[in-house]
Amino acid sequence: MLESVTPLAASAVALAMPLILAALGELVVERAGVLNLGLEGMMLLGALAAFATVAHGGGLVPAILAAAAAGILASLAFGFITLTLQANQVAAGLSLTILGAGVSAFVGRQYVGFRAPASFEDLPIPLLSKVPLLGPSLFSLNALGYATLALLAGTAWFLYRTRAGLALRSIGESPVVARSLGLHVSRVRYGAVAFGGAMAGIAGCYYAVAQFKMWQEGLTSGNGWIALALVVFATWRPLRVAFGALLFGGVSALGLYLQAIGVQVSTFALASLPYLATVAVLVAISADQQMIRRHAPASLGKPFHDDS
Amino acid sequence: MKLWKSTIAAAALAAGLGIASAPGDAADPLKMAWVYVGPPGDGGWTYAHDQGRKAVEQKLGGKVQTSFVENVPEGADAERVIRDLAAKGNRAIFTTSFGYMEQTLKVAKTFPKVEFYHATGFKSAPNVTIYNSRMYEPAYLAGIIAGHVSKKGVLGFVASFPIPEVVRNIDAFTMGARSVNPKITTKVVWVSTWFDPSKERQAAETLIGQGADVLLQNTDSSAVLQTAQDKGVMAFGWDSDMTAYAPKAHLASCIEIWGGYYTKVAEAMLAGKPLKSTVWGGIKDGMNDLVSVNASVPDAAKKMVAAKKADIVAGKWAVFQGPIVGQDGKVIVPEGKSLSDQEIDSIKWYVEGVEGQLPK
Amino acid sequence: MIRLRLVPRAQPSRAMLFVAPLLAIALTLLVGLLVFAWLGQNPLRAFRVFFVDPVSDMSGVSELFLKASPLCLIALGLAIGFRASIWNIGAEGQMYMGGIFATGLAIAFHDRGGAWLLPAMILAGAIGGMLWASITAALRAHFHANEILVSLMLTYVADYVVKYLVFGPWQDPQANNFPITVQFSDNALFPLLAQWGWEAFEGTRLNASVLITLAAIPLAWIFMERSFLGFQLLVSGLAPAAARYAGFAEKRMVWLALLVSGGAAGLAGVSEVAGPIGQLNDRWQPLYGFTAIIVAALGRLNAIGIALASLLMALLYLGGEAVQITLQLPKALSQVFQGLLLMFLLGCDVLVNYRIGRVPAAAL
Repeated sequence: MLESVTPLAASAVALAMPLILAALGELVVERAGVLNLGLEGMMLLGALAAFATVAHGGGLVPAILAAAAAGILASLAFGFITLTLQANQVAAGLSLTILGAGVSAFVGRQYVGFRAPASFEDLPIPLLSKVPLLGPSLFSLNALGYATLALLAGTAWFLYRTRAGLALRSIGESPVVARSLGLHVSRVRYGAVAFGGAMAGIAGCYYAVAQFKMWQEGLTSGNGWIALALVVFATWRPLRVAFGALLFGGVSALGLYLQAIGVQVSTFALASLPYLATVAVLVAISADQQMIRRHAPASLGKPFHDDS
Repeated sequence: MKLWKSTIAAAALAAGLGIASAPGDAADPLKMAWVYVGPPGDGGWTYAHDQGRKAVEQKLGGKVQTSFVENVPEGADAERVIRDLAAKGNRAIFTTSFGYMEQTLKVAKTFPKVEFYHATGFKSAPNVTIYNSRMYEPAYLAGIIAGHVSKKGVLGFVASFPIPEVVRNIDAFTMGARSVNPKITTKVVWVSTWFDPSKERQAAETLIGQGADVLLQNTDSSAVLQTAQDKGVMAFGWDSDMTAYAPKAHLASCIEIWGGYYTKVAEAMLAGKPLKSTVWGGIKDGMNDLVSVNASVPDAAKKMVAAKKADIVAGKWAVFQGPIVGQDGKVIVPEGKSLSDQEIDSIKWYVEGVEGQLPK
Repeated sequence: MIRLRLVPRAQPSRAMLFVAPLLAIALTLLVGLLVFAWLGQNPLRAFRVFFVDPVSDMSGVSELFLKASPLCLIALGLAIGFRASIWNIGAEGQMYMGGIFATGLAIAFHDRGGAWLLPAMILAGAIGGMLWASITAALRAHFHANEILVSLMLTYVADYVVKYLVFGPWQDPQANNFPITVQFSDNALFPLLAQWGWEAFEGTRLNASVLITLAAIPLAWIFMERSFLGFQLLVSGLAPAAARYAGFAEKRMVWLALLVSGGAAGLAGVSEVAGPIGQLNDRWQPLYGFTAIIVAALGRLNAIGIALASLLMALLYLGGEAVQITLQLPKALSQVFQGLLLMFLLGCDVLVNYRIGRVPAAAL
């Protein structure tokens, strides 16, 4: 039993890692009160930037930097329109998705058809990686995977244990109050949006250089939307993002696993399973209304003008 | 069956009424257009069609002028695109996905002088010709290699949707492998999508976790092949030559070759006699092949592949020729018989060696 | 150095409502000019092909309306919810469900339908969309589950329901095992306007379903701007506390918003399957439900604005096809322009509510 479940866990973890990266970034953005639905677009730009970097002989570190830079650039365009020019965040985010998909597809045409010349490979930790069940999944990640875990811990620490994190959260709760306390609402929000862009870019890098090691138009295949859903699912808490991503990856892997061992269920029902499971868990969590209210950033998605 | 009757009727009608368009002016190149369901940058299905289009350009240079529209959704938009292409003076239009069938037929009615070629469909008309590729032939050859290479005797197949086109590829792959090692089995995972690298990768991981050490896929990305290389097992490319994606894991690629057919269509139109007959081509017709066989593949496998290929080309042997035993051990096709094209086109059963039940 | 800042206007500028879109188009043109020049194309020609040629004849105009109609219909429904800050982003799935319900009737009465069949399908489609949206409404109203997430997840599920049906019980037995239903009979299809003797539409495929949209625009306008219920929705979106104080039941607002938007999306689904497609198949994923979110926002959640925005979105689609067909520019490029134009348009909208002023000397 354990023998066949172990690869299941590994498969769940592999699917979860880039989702965690992108969702963590978006979580910080939303905690600051900004809703950026452009994740998919930023991820695609990051993926292309990373692949182009290694394709032109750049190393892996430059690839991460390029991906982050691409994500930041795109997110700042979004920031300028929504934070400075006060545009509707939902529409701006969706537009960013279209723009990112378009630009990456257009520029990426020359990178189709070959393997990334450099890529992140699995780095099993001696001994730990031999632990049954979780060993081959959690302790034989690639460098970006370990970095994801570090970023997860770092984000949680930042949000809950630092002054800056507190400032960011209070801005998300009530920008008016935060400003009266002397906080620079726009500046912090710009910072959060840029962080979200960087993380989405790195998530794209994960797909292009660590997981698929190739460039293909639409490489992220809608995972940006899943990451967005995870943030809400996690009630804006970092560790729950990881839990949600693993659950999603796990249920998705389970559907395929059940098929492979010959369980007779409609493949379409199995394919719907991760989405239904997400809804079911969300309902279970949300039934406690107090908790949701405590965690959803109150000013989410609402424009705020520094002079108002 | 309806399909074949209507095709014959169409051909007869076309010949009888002389619907063929007049050859174009020498100064005026023949305009041909392609409608793609994905981008040529998909590295798979659409890429292969675009290679075919480029082959026409290369061969017939100044005599033809080709163009394409990519990422055309298979819904209300397709009809408009096809109509526009016809209105803009294209004399032959290739609609390269099943979902364009009704739209192609509708537009064809209003443009009787334009020739339409629809890939993978089953309805034709006086000026709508259908064409497809027998991908189960290279899939069978891939199976031979898999049978030689697999150490565990378990193969994995990442499948998209349970339509005959996919089911018969699973069957052919398995029969090829069992012609080498009669004990080999194939595990199948259905991902319910044509393109989703994340899901294709998970399906590959699942199969590898279940002991499969050689994988084949009937989906559009190269994720399965990449995953195989990461996990130290072997796999094949599909639709186009995917060697460059995973040189170590890549055993060979089952590829579609549309260039020859497209060139023939163009030449026939230039000669004023448009091709009107349904084409369901295979290795013999140069419409597909198994290529780029890895150097690590044993010579015995290479020889056997070459021999089967020669038999197919010579017409001495066919993939769906008896004896074929079904999953339950009962003979489906007795020795000495072989399936007709119509029967192959409606296969909804697994052969012996495929595990699990076909999804309903 | 002069520092600029945005100064809120006391009243939204009516002039800017018209200037902003023009400015956005000008900015897109400018970027486009540079890109086309860089690609070695004649920019002026490219833009004529993109923006003018697609609507230069009646058939083009008809296609524009055909494409804009479902977008407009869905966006009108969404806007009503968005005003109440109820973010239904699963209209795509509700549209599928509308298509499914209508298809069910079309198949069941394939050979024995009468003139009643199409109206029944329209009704069934609206009900289908509402039912699918009501799952989200119930989970939001009674379990406080976030409607963005639930409606999005249900869209994936609805897609698999379509696939299950067309691969299984609803598959056309004559279809060689391909995942399609039968082609609907004439009783189950929207008549073409040309068939009604409207000669201007001769040879086009504009069908009667656009009349639903045309009727919906004034209805939505009256509902949003003139009805008490519409006002309640707006208040509960802008000031939830005040709404509670005034006794507007939040649950009722949630149900109302989702049922209206689900019903509209369901109708859009019928207009697709009983319109230009004429069947249900596994490839039907027009993404209108998502595009309509942009349309609703671009139209500033106003019925007239949405109607115009849907036409603009439709033009962007048609233009993208046209530059590909005529100039062989990649589809990705038209996506780039779509994204740019939308971003510019959203950015320029700032001028409606703000004016640009200098930072007062005292503040420096």
